[in-house]
This record gives sequence, structure tokens and C-alpha cells, in this order.
Amino acid sequence: MNNKDLMLQHPLAKYLRQERMPHIWCEGCGNGILLNSFLEALDELQLDLDNIVVISGIGCIGRAAGYVNVDSFHTTHGRAIPFATGVKLANPQLKVVVISGDGDLFAIGGNHFIHAARRNVDIKVICANNFNYGMTGGQYGPTTPLEAWTTTTPYGNIEHPFNLVHLAAASGAVYAARWTTLQVRRLKASIKKALQKEGFSLIEVISPCPEIYDRYNKLGTAVEVMKWFKLVSEVHKAYDPAKAVITKNRIIIGEFVDIEKPSYGRLLREMTAQVKEDLEGENTK
Amino acid sequence: MAKNNKAVLTGTHFLSGDLACAEGALAAGCRFFGGYPITPATEIAERMARRLPQIGGIYIQMEDEIASIAAVIGASYAGKKAMTATSGPGFSLMQENIGLAVMTEAPLVIVDIMRGGPSTGQPTMPGQQDVMQAKWGSHGDYEIIALAPSSVQEMFDLTIECFNLAETFRVPVMLLADEIIGHMWERVEIPPSNEITIINRKKPVVPPREYHPFQPDDDLVPPMACFGEGYRFHATGLTHDEKGAPKTVSIPEQTKLVKRLCGKIRTNTDTIIQVKEVTLEDADVVVVAYGIASRAALSAVRKARTQGIKAGLLRLITIWPFPEKLVAQIAEQAKAIIVPEMNCGQLVREVERAAKTTPVSLLSKLGEEPHRPSEIVEAMRRM
Ligand SMILES: Cc1ncc(C[n+]2csc(CCOP(=O)(O)OP(=O)(O)O)c2C)c(N)n1
Ligand code: SF4
Ligand SMILES: [Mg+2]
Repeated sequence: MNNKDLMLQHPLAKYLRQERMPHIWCEGCGNGILLNSFLEALDELQLDLDNIVVISGIGCIGRAAGYVNVDSFHTTHGRAIPFATGVKLANPQLKVVVISGDGDLFAIGGNHFIHAARRNVDIKVICANNFNYGMTGGQYGPTTPLEAWTTTTPYGNIEHPFNLVHLAAASGAVYAARWTTLQVRRLKASIKKALQKEGFSLIEVISPCPEIYDRYNKLGTAVEVMKWFKLVSEVHKAYDPAKAVITKNRIIIGEFVDIEKPSYGRLLREMTAQVKEDLEGENTK
Repeated sequence: MAKNNKAVLTGTHFLSGDLACAEGALAAGCRFFGGYPITPATEIAERMARRLPQIGGIYIQMEDEIASIAAVIGASYAGKKAMTATSGPGFSLMQENIGLAVMTEAPLVIVDIMRGGPSTGQPTMPGQQDVMQAKWGSHGDYEIIALAPSSVQEMFDLTIECFNLAETFRVPVMLLADEIIGHMWERVEIPPSNEITIINRKKPVVPPREYHPFQPDDDLVPPMACFGEGYRFHATGLTHDEKGAPKTVSIPEQTKLVKRLCGKIRTNTDTIIQVKEVTLEDADVVVVAYGIASRAALSAVRKARTQGIKAGLLRLITIWPFPEKLVAQIAEQAKAIIVPEMNCGQLVREVERAAKTTPVSLLSKLGEEPHRPSEIVEAMRRM
């Protein structure tokens, strides 16, 4: 018996591209927890892995697509959502998941986010919100809190951050939820729900960046950040997303939007069927 | 006429260049169009919006051209033949993702109906000002293919050719027309569908376990699996190995990949390049022209011949890859070369490079008026 046979397999190993390990993420980074929750959701739903596509933009979390053992694509910075739109419309059988960062999805890609939500394209967006651009070394971004220190806000951030769940709700998403990396069971349940729901969904995951953002802002180690999450997280049901502003003392978590609305793909298929039927009617006249 | 559930509208039609381009795309098997309206390419989007649902295809108007090309790459990876159509400002916005399509070897077609630039320029006026951008607009080293139609019939024929080349070489292929060709109306013959050559991307012949998404065959082109076919592969805009794994610091992998991406076009130039030669055999003065400028050039060459000038025309249908060898051969025999272009001198630089010591002169035009044959004949006299 060699050492390999003695090694215990991680229960989620089959969902990962083993040969791409080790991943690039720092110790204590929240990205691993996010990815783990996603894989557990896949496992519990027993979805056909051949029908899942994971798409990422650019950033630390953007590497997620490369690690999941399904069809996957690592697009340019900010463009995961329009790429995903093309995939979903071209092959409606596929479950299309975008896993990307706060900067990727809401700065450079912000316009795509609101339009995909408005159209209600049936894609699931999971955003690792670590309040900064981790990959490029900790610059401020669209979710960086006021006064925070980043390498490009050396005198403190003077830009107001987005409230992502409010943005999603206002743009037309049928599902919007926020969790921190502490509430792993709820996060997983949320991902499962979004995967089974038709329409544009956002799951915001407040995620530690111990190596950069948390260190610069003296939030402590990854464990201390998790303790902070525990202290300030408040679970609510159907809380008004407009009021769910994140502050140092309070992070409102939960499901903010959960409604039914026909997806773009459904309306497109119905329209196409109608056009064909009308044409056939005319041609047989 | 638009009330039709057929993809190929076999018969004789009177169409504008833009409409013929849309029909060419449908005949080629295009079933996904992602775009954003812009003069003078809007009619392509409008035609596709009407026609695609009739034949079960998908039209989507995206929020901008960055999104349009991203969606088109996505649709291509999900198995559709896909395209977008734009003009200068939109073409500029697409550049980063054109690089992504090159890097991930996504077959797709981009139509650029060129207008006057820079910037918003002259939206309703013709230009040939995006020729260099088509080749060099995205960062990094790469090769693409670009065709330049000079008639409405060619808007139909060459759009099909663009799809065939894209599918053969897994590369973005551009149809570079100009406002006049896009907007003018001419007779178009659409052949029966069984007479139209259609090429589809080659598929993997190995089981998923053995499939390496970027492992090329002898022609340097890798077979292409699509999402949902069970191959579970990864593609990335990062430098990658044959398995699609990111290789961000490996010099050998960077060299190997970029050389192959360029090589699959460069080693196949002979099969890709198409030109039309008119009375070149004994020509002293050769006009090298493409697109709208080549129409006046053809009249000029015929006129010059009646006046005793030994004139010839090399009409470039393929402008990228540039037919360097052919221009060099012609330059050896010619005494002078004239390049009429609707810009301040773009492709003329390629001609100069290939022509070596043979004098090359640019006939530049900007704005509404294309070249007149008489201007080109005068230029021949001056040489
Ligand atoms: C067009 C373009 N601009 C800038 C960059 C550089 N860049 C890479 S990742 C990144 C920010 C990523 O931030 P986020 O999406 O929050 O991901 P994180 O690294 O924090 O996980 C930037 C600006 C790029 N790759 N492309
Ligand atoms: S820089 Fe931050 S976000 Fe990026 S891997 Fe490290 S801890 Fe995670
Ligand atoms: Mg971030």
C-alpha cells in the first residue's frame, strides 16, 4: 500500500480540478469558504455536473472558475456577466453561475450587472465582497466603506459605497441575499435556492481578506474578522434592502428579495415560438 | 420578403450591403447575434432582430459593445455560430475582448461598417480608417483574419466566408466594409442552400478524460468541445497550457502559445488569402485597392488601358493576413504602385513594406466622396 491509498479523500474532491491545486488564495482568505459552500450546494442538489458552467472575471476570486471541475471560463475583467448571458441564451439547458469579486462585478462590470438583472437573465451571481481589489494589492473599490484605508485612499476613503443587495433589488433581480463567510449553512442554502430558481440572482458573500484589506484596516487576523462578523451580523427576513447598509457595527444578512418573474430566456423562447407559429399559419393560408 | 421561415433566401434580391451581410450570416448558420445599434451598421442588427426569431435563432441587444462581444464569445463557447456588427466607436470598445477571443480561440464574426473617425467623427460618411485597428487594436501579439467586400453580393458571400474561416481556424474573423458598401443597394444572388459551402468547427474525437482543450492538431488548431457536452474543460484569457491551466510566469508556455496562435494563421496564409487580379500580367502601374476604393480602381485600370497605359489591379479581398508575398512578386515587375484608400494612409504601409524599392504612392481620401476613376488615372500618369 502506498501513501496515496492511505490518504483520505476530501468529500468534495470530485468537484475540484485536483491538478490545479494548491489554489492561489492566501491563508485565511474567505474565497475558500465561498467556494466550499458552492461545491456543497452542488453536492447536495446532485445536479448533473455536465450541465453546469462556472464563469469568473478577473481578481483573486476570479480564479474560482479554474478550480471547479465543470465547464468553466475565466473572462476579462468585468465581463463575466455578459459572457454568461451569451452562454445561457445559446444553451438554456445549462445552469450558469458567475463567481466574481466586488470590483469586477460592480466597478468595471457594474453596467452589465444592472442590465442583466433588469433583463432577468437566468444566471446566478455569487460575489465575494472583500471591500477592495485584492488581486492588485488592495486598492479601494465600489464597496469600500467610507474612511477605510487602501493603497489608493491613503487619507481615508471619501467615496460612498454601493449597497449591493439594494442595487440588485432596484435593478430587477428575483433573488438577492447577503451572508458573511461565517454563516456557511445559510450561505449554502441560499446558493441551493438560487440554483433552483429561475431568474437573475445575487448572493453577496462578505469575505475576509486578511492579507491585504483586513491588515491595512487593522481588523485583525482571519479569525478575528470572523469574530467581528459574529458580533455584528443581524439575520432578518425580507428586510428592506434599501436600509441594509453595511456599517462597522451592523451587517444585515438574510434574503432581501425572493420573487417570481419570467426570465429573459423564457420570454425569448415564447416570442420565438409565437413568431414561428404565426409564420407557419401565414404560409399555409 | 422578411416574412420567411427559411434561413437561406434562395433567389435574386435587391438588397443593401448591410441586409446582404445579415442574410449571409444566416445562410452560414449564424444563430446568435449580440449587438448595440450604431450607424452605419444598425440595419444588420435590425434585420437580425427580425429574421433570427423566424428561424429559431437568438437576437439580443446588449448594453454596449463590450457586452456584445462578450456575449458572442459566450454563445460561441456554448456551441452557436455567433456574430456582432458595429462601426468605429463600437469596434474600439470591443478591442479587449477581441484579444480574449483570440486567446481562447473562440470562432466568431465581427462586422465593422467603417465610418469617418476619429471619435464620433462622421457617422453617416464612409471611411477605411479602422484597417490597422482591425489588425493591432487589442494588446499583445496575435493574428486575425479580415475580409474587405467591395459589392453587395460580396457582403453576402464574404460573410459566409468569414464564418467558415472562423470555424476552421478558431479565430475572430472581421468583415471590414465601409458605409458606402453597407448602405448601397445592388442585386444579390442567393444560391440554393445545398450549393453553399458551410464549414463547422472540428469536434474532439477523444473521450472527455483524454481531451485537452488547447492541444492542437497538425494544422495548429485544437478541436473544440462546447459547454454542456460533457468535456468539463476550462478556458482562460491568461496564458495557458494545452489543458487550459493558467501559466502566468512560464516563458516556454508563453512562447509556445503565442507562437501557435500566430502560427495557425501565418502558416495557412496560402489557403486563407483571396485576391482578384485584373490585367496584371504586363502591368507597369499597379493599383492595390480594397473595398469601396477598389471599385473606382477597376474603372481606372480599364480606362487607362484604353489610353495605352499598361495598368493592372490587385484587389485585396483578404486584407489580414496581408498578402505580402504576392505584393512583393507584383512589385518586382511593376514600375509603380498606387494605393487609393479612404484614410490618411494605412494599408499603404504594408504595401510599401512588401514592395521594397518599387515606388508606392498613396491616394488618400477622407469624407463623403470616394475616389473617382479619373483621379486614379491621373495618378498613374504622374508616376
Ligand atoms: C481592464 C482591466 N483593468 C484592470 C485590471 C487589473 N485588475 C485585476 S484584478 C482587479 C480587481 C479585482 O478586484 P475584485 O473583483 O474585487 O476581486 P478580488 O481580487 O478582490 O477578489 C483589477 C483592477 C485588469 N485585469 N483588467
Ligand atoms: S489578497 Fe485578499 S482576497 Fe486575495 S487571496 Fe489574499 S486574502 Fe484573499
Ligand atoms: Mg474584491
